[in-house]
Amino acid sequence: MFSLGDLYKEVIIDHTKAPRNFGKLEPCSHDAEGFNPLCGDQLHVYLQIDDNNIIEDVKFEGQGCSISTASASLMTQALKGKSVANFNTMFSAFHDMATADMDDKPDEDVLGKLAVLAGVKEFPSRIKCATLCWHTVKSAIEDAGQPAKTE
Amino acid sequence: MNIDNIRNDFPILHQEVFGHPLVYLDNAATTQKPQCVIDTIRQYYEKDNSNIHRGVHSLSERATKDYEAARETIRDFFNAKSSKEVIFTRGTTESINLVASSWGNANIGKDDEVLITHMEHHSNIVPWQMLCERTGAKLKIIPMNEAGELDLTAYAELLSERTKLVGIVHMSNALGTINPIADMIKQAHQVGAKVLIDGAQAAAHIATDIQALDIDFYATSAHKMYGPTGVGVLIAKEELLNAMPPYQGGGDMILIVTFDKTQYNELPHKFEAGTPNIAGVIGFGEALKYISNIGFSAIEKREKELLDYATKKAQSFEGLRQIGTAKDKACVLSFVLDGVHPHDLGTILDREGVAIRAGHHCAMPVMQFYKVPATARASFSIYNTEAEVDALFTALEKARDMFA
Repeated sequence: MFSLGDLYKEVIIDHTKAPRNFGKLEPCSHDAEGFNPLCGDQLHVYLQIDDNNIIEDVKFEGQGCSISTASASLMTQALKGKSVANFNTMFSAFHDMATADMDDKPDEDVLGKLAVLAGVKEFPSRIKCATLCWHTVKSAIEDAGQPAKTE
Repeated sequence: MNIDNIRNDFPILHQEVFGHPLVYLDNAATTQKPQCVIDTIRQYYEKDNSNIHRGVHSLSERATKDYEAARETIRDFFNAKSSKEVIFTRGTTESINLVASSWGNANIGKDDEVLITHMEHHSNIVPWQMLCERTGAKLKIIPMNEAGELDLTAYAELLSERTKLVGIVHMSNALGTINPIADMIKQAHQVGAKVLIDGAQAAAHIATDIQALDIDFYATSAHKMYGPTGVGVLIAKEELLNAMPPYQGGGDMILIVTFDKTQYNELPHKFEAGTPNIAGVIGFGEALKYISNIGFSAIEKREKELLDYATKKAQSFEGLRQIGTAKDKACVLSFVLDGVHPHDLGTILDREGVAIRAGHHCAMPVMQFYKVPATARASFSIYNTEAEVDALFTALEKARDMFA
């Protein structure tokens, strides 16, 4: 059985208390809002993507639980300097990790530090907290800023 | 009132969650079901299952008799004037939608106003918003104060001859506030408005006498009263129901159907199109008998005792802010804890066997009022104990330490 410690790792508590890249990014080329209607989490992500499709900068603001805040904070660190194509690979790897079978190991080559969130798969009601920020970035890039929802 | 005996009536309570005894404090979302209700539903499916109001065979006659007997039990429980006024629905939400559609479409015009309170559940907000969008009528809100009590001076000022309906939650599911509906109904009637009372949260905890209160429309759900999910009731004055058009068309709500015209059935069947939740209705009746056997005076006394105990603990718990501190409240301890999001509390407490609700409780305007995204809510019932309240606070300490 996974314990609470598998979900609330030190890194996650640290990012909850001091989220990185928190705030508004001005100017930005892409942004979108994300909602988790079940728990009331709200997120706004801002991206500055250059002509070569590189994510120059990314920030987020909003309010949510520890998992959604830490996940967004870790995501912004991971995405800075990456290409949009890289984002898509990471999105898939993250999504797979969060919804995988218990025995599957996360793809640490792609995910790096983000693998710390692998524990959410043991907590079905919390998976959406971890994936909300990723869906929000996806909609900022692909859907011209339509609000992202986890439902 | 012997709590051990009551606990023994509820088989689900006797289990462990993650190695801890289950502490079920999510009663405002749904209550657990006593053995007698489970047995009644089981007995129906094992012995009596058949369709009602149409068969001539024995099973159908038994099912019909039990279904209609439940209607009488429910009438008596809420002291409605006649069983014709007791309409079975899927729950409070459907009951309110029935009124907003059927009565609302026929009686609300563009210069009219619908008045609801700031602490309504979404189910007593959205159907009226939809009605106002259809008709051009105005939705107005009775404000509340920091304690989570309605501003009755503002209410008196909002009432006018334009007010056609006042929707009031008897007891707030997010705050626990018990609203002074008796006076509010009198005031609404003075300007000629009808009143809908959302009884979903209150009905298992405080006695409601529909005739004494002179309620026009009363909605509640079985599953918050130790009964099954998927069944509820609308109780409304016969003259209002008679004047209202049917809500849904179909079987059981008709007398004669031809392709030219359909003649509708008498009350209450006019509003019960299709095969209803027969087992659910019979289980609902049994649940109300269970409540009546314990009696509201014992229930209210015990639940107040338990809430007082929990409230004292909450007041001395560092970093805890109670949401909803009305003088008149019951069974609900809604709160936020510094540094720990309610959703995280929900997960951490679950691992200690403590079931609470974290979220907006389908009352987002209440969250907006207190400027919080969500609250944690422990809600109590007749089978909860002081030891369970202690377990809640021990688990909260653990959560606080984790994020310290």
